[in-house]
Amino acid sequence: MSIGQAILEALESLNANRVRSALTILGIVIGVAAVIAMLAVGQGAQDTITGSISGIGSNLLFVFSGNFQEEVRNVEPLTLSDADAINDVFQAPHVQAVAPVINRDLEITYSGESTRAEVNGVTPIFSDVRNYTVSEGEFINQDHQLGRASVALIGVEVADKLFDRREGIAGETIRIEGQPFRVIGVLAEKGGSSFGSQDNVVLVPYSTAETRLIRRSRDQVDVIYVQATSAESVQLAIDEISQILRSRHRIFLGPDDFTIFSQQDFVETARTITGVFTIFLGGVAGISLLVGGIGIMNIMLVSVTERTREIGLRKALGARKMDILIQFLTESSLLSLFGGLIGIGLGWLLSFTVGLIAAANDTPINPAIGLNAVLLATMFSTAVGLFFGIYPANRAANLEPVEALRHE
Amino acid sequence: MSEWVIEARDITKVYQMGEVEVHALCGVDLKVKCGEVLAIMGPSGSGKSTMMNILGCLDRPTSGTYLLDGHDVSNLSSDELAAIRNHKVGFVFQSFMLLPRQSALGNVELPMRYAGLAKERTQKAKDALKAVGLEDRIHHKPAELSGGQQQRVAIARALVNNPAIIMADEPTGNLDSQSGKEIMELLLQLNQQNGTTVILITHDPAIGEQAQRIVHLRDGRVEEQE
Repeated sequence: MSIGQAILEALESLNANRVRSALTILGIVIGVAAVIAMLAVGQGAQDTITGSISGIGSNLLFVFSGNFQEEVRNVEPLTLSDADAINDVFQAPHVQAVAPVINRDLEITYSGESTRAEVNGVTPIFSDVRNYTVSEGEFINQDHQLGRASVALIGVEVADKLFDRREGIAGETIRIEGQPFRVIGVLAEKGGSSFGSQDNVVLVPYSTAETRLIRRSRDQVDVIYVQATSAESVQLAIDEISQILRSRHRIFLGPDDFTIFSQQDFVETARTITGVFTIFLGGVAGISLLVGGIGIMNIMLVSVTERTREIGLRKALGARKMDILIQFLTESSLLSLFGGLIGIGLGWLLSFTVGLIAAANDTPINPAIGLNAVLLATMFSTAVGLFFGIYPANRAANLEPVEALRHE
Repeated sequence: MSEWVIEARDITKVYQMGEVEVHALCGVDLKVKCGEVLAIMGPSGSGKSTMMNILGCLDRPTSGTYLLDGHDVSNLSSDELAAIRNHKVGFVFQSFMLLPRQSALGNVELPMRYAGLAKERTQKAKDALKAVGLEDRIHHKPAELSGGQQQRVAIARALVNNPAIIMADEPTGNLDSQSGKEIMELLLQLNQQNGTTVILITHDPAIGEQAQRIVHLRDGRVEEQE
């Protein structure tokens, strides 16, 4: 009997028991929908996280004081002179730019409105290193820096809260911890990142922050942002910075008393987290597929028992074992294939809904359903049907025609 | 081609029912000529079902040789037996045994599907249905046909692969007397026209009388032939 004929007959038989077929494939539908939705949302979340990490800047390194992995005694803080040393083109040829930053969460007020934002003391190079642009006004320049000018740039979130608008703010005066600062510009919107909002910030000249807002002893800095010359030189830059800081901090043996993260590290951490999540959800989906497969096996066994006489008749008319085997395997594979196809649709719907909900909550995730996910789901569900159909089909194929014909 | 379509020699069949051995057939010899109409009769438990299963190649004898149309089929594998059934045996059952979801045409086409015929399938099935007088019912489902018509479909199905023998197991058992009479007439007519050997398995003497020869079975032995 040809495969086309077998498929046609299987369709007829499934169609005759529509409700039962539909209930049987429910497990497969849910399993496949879960796989599809999980892959899509996982991919979307990963894209969003990776996107927001690369939005922080390009080829960026973060240098913190202290070692996050090993216990180090007498941690020497990072200072402005450390930053200057890293900026030395002869000692660190793969470093493009260095931006030392001090920051603190402070209260910002404007004519009765008040909010809290992260106030960063930054140098003019900060805009290049961290990829900040201004939507109005100008960035902090060398004159502001040298003159310890009381000027500030504000993020759009701060602008929204204090002014209820995003334009025409330059020239206004806000108060940071009670001290007046003239707003010289508004930062262009950057969107959320995994490190909290990049728009709820206020930037002031480093010298002003150091002397008037965030007092730190001995030129201490909180973080040094370093931009490597290119993506390929990130590792070289890390090695150079590490060498400079070790010699400056007089560490000849033992672990570093500072930590250098690259953007890649953050991306990898994010990948690990979403990866663990994906594996966990994949396990759940796998169990659902397994249960669905057992459901199919169960129904196929019932079907074989119900149709024993039919099988006997087919054998009497000349059906070989293989014919009966193919007939039942076709049925179970088609059953789970339909489950898979419906599941793909449902999964798409599900991930689309998740995307909408995420967008409504200001965390844009674009669920991405790849062709490979669809192919994987289709093939996997068919394979489940095939695998769990083997036992019932084999049982049918091995029935003795005499016994089967006599069966009531 | 030998003149005997069936040559069974010293056929025995022993069933193992738990601890007990049941001797369903104890050394049966039977020869059937080509084109003969033979009735196998006997009370229930006489072994006539077993006889039919073996003659119809549904089952293998425990010992003895059975030549069907000149081929020794006593020791074939189940798939080989399936092929023999497909080509050489047509079955007509008491309960019709039609696939309920298939039309009359689909049911008649079924044996040819297993024979691997594709091209002439529909035409041959239509011809067979015409031969049993159902040319205007080919697209009806079994449920839309009367008992007599259903049995005609079954006979068409039995005929369609041009078998050497037709095994009819109580073909009129589920029919009223009028339809039963018509079915018997049809079987005899097909025998006359095509020369197909017909073997009737029955306990009804009225059916048996219409055969050219009757074999009586009792307790697994041939009691008398008339």
